[in-house]
Amino acid sequence: MILPNSSPRRTPGPIAQTLCRALVAGLLLASPAAAVLPDEMLPDARQEARARAISKDLRCVVCQNQSIDDSDAPLARDLRLLVREQIAKGSSDAEVRDYVVARYGNFVLLKPPMEGDTLLLWMGPFAILLLGGAGLIFWQRRKPQPGSAATSDAAPLTEAERAELDRLAGPQD
Amino acid sequence: MKRLLFILPVIAFAGLAAFLGFGLTQDPKELPSQLIDRPLPEFALPGIVEGGPGLASASFKGEPRLLNVWASWCAACPQEHPVLERIAAEGFPVYGIAWKDKPEDSRAFLARYGDPYSGMGSDFPGRTAIDLGVTGAPETFVVDKKGRVRFKQIGPISPEVWEGQIRPLMQKLRAEA
Repeated sequence: MILPNSSPRRTPGPIAQTLCRALVAGLLLASPAAAVLPDEMLPDARQEARARAISKDLRCVVCQNQSIDDSDAPLARDLRLLVREQIAKGSSDAEVRDYVVARYGNFVLLKPPMEGDTLLLWMGPFAILLLGGAGLIFWQRRKPQPGSAATSDAAPLTEAERAELDRLAGPQD
Repeated sequence: MKRLLFILPVIAFAGLAAFLGFGLTQDPKELPSQLIDRPLPEFALPGIVEGGPGLASASFKGEPRLLNVWASWCAACPQEHPVLERIAAEGFPVYGIAWKDKPEDSRAFLARYGDPYSGMGSDFPGRTAIDLGVTGAPETFVVDKKGRVRFKQIGPISPEVWEGQIRPLMQKLRAEA
């Protein structure tokens, strides 16, 4: 659409183009910042990667909706160091998780395991879907189909009923 | 039967509302302690005075005690402090762990507000607090005669919590064999 008085389209100059490209590149490179500081990292890159993966699944108990990998809380830092310390000691991923769960409970796992007290959490959505589905089918079945026998399955009126009906309706003028 | 079917959605809604309404009364910040009825995790902490006595888990035996996790940087701790002093004055021993707190800051806090503690350990690295499952300060553990954790208070002990919950529990624990 060309508005009156709008200037003709201009090609941006080389400096503007470079700036634009730099901006786009910068935005593409930006990712959610992790809170892990360089001094916390393990020298072994593979161990560090394991630590990062475990930390992403552990809830920061202070901020609660962040993982300890994302959180700047001092307690989250302590837990990150603890995770790395356990890994450096040779613990498996499951052992590290169990170590933290033993202290803070299943709540620290951002993906809680399926157990007695989390059954409702895991099964709830399916149960609701099932109930809703059953209700829908039930309702559909009950609804009389237009033109089908279901509309006229009431017993026909008896002679006495018909007479009563005529009486109630009064004389037809 | 037909009428029942009509009120079924109402009943379902009422049930859901009651369930969610109950959820609103719960504080999601309060995590249940993993330590209830389990022995206090082992620790041996230095004191807040250099060369002075520290605090070890092994000493939590023989009589019920309170273990209060606090810090000079903790905003609710000055508010809780008079209650701790009252608890100590009533003859119930209160021990403390200064969590992620520089010993000089802990000392300054006690110099300013008074020192109701029978013993104090300094957990500057915060490792013992993690073993205790601490999520913030203040938190207070009730430890029985056998060194088992029986109750955990998250947040400051108010006079109401002390009178209504913790003091009756301490009295009960004293009577236990």
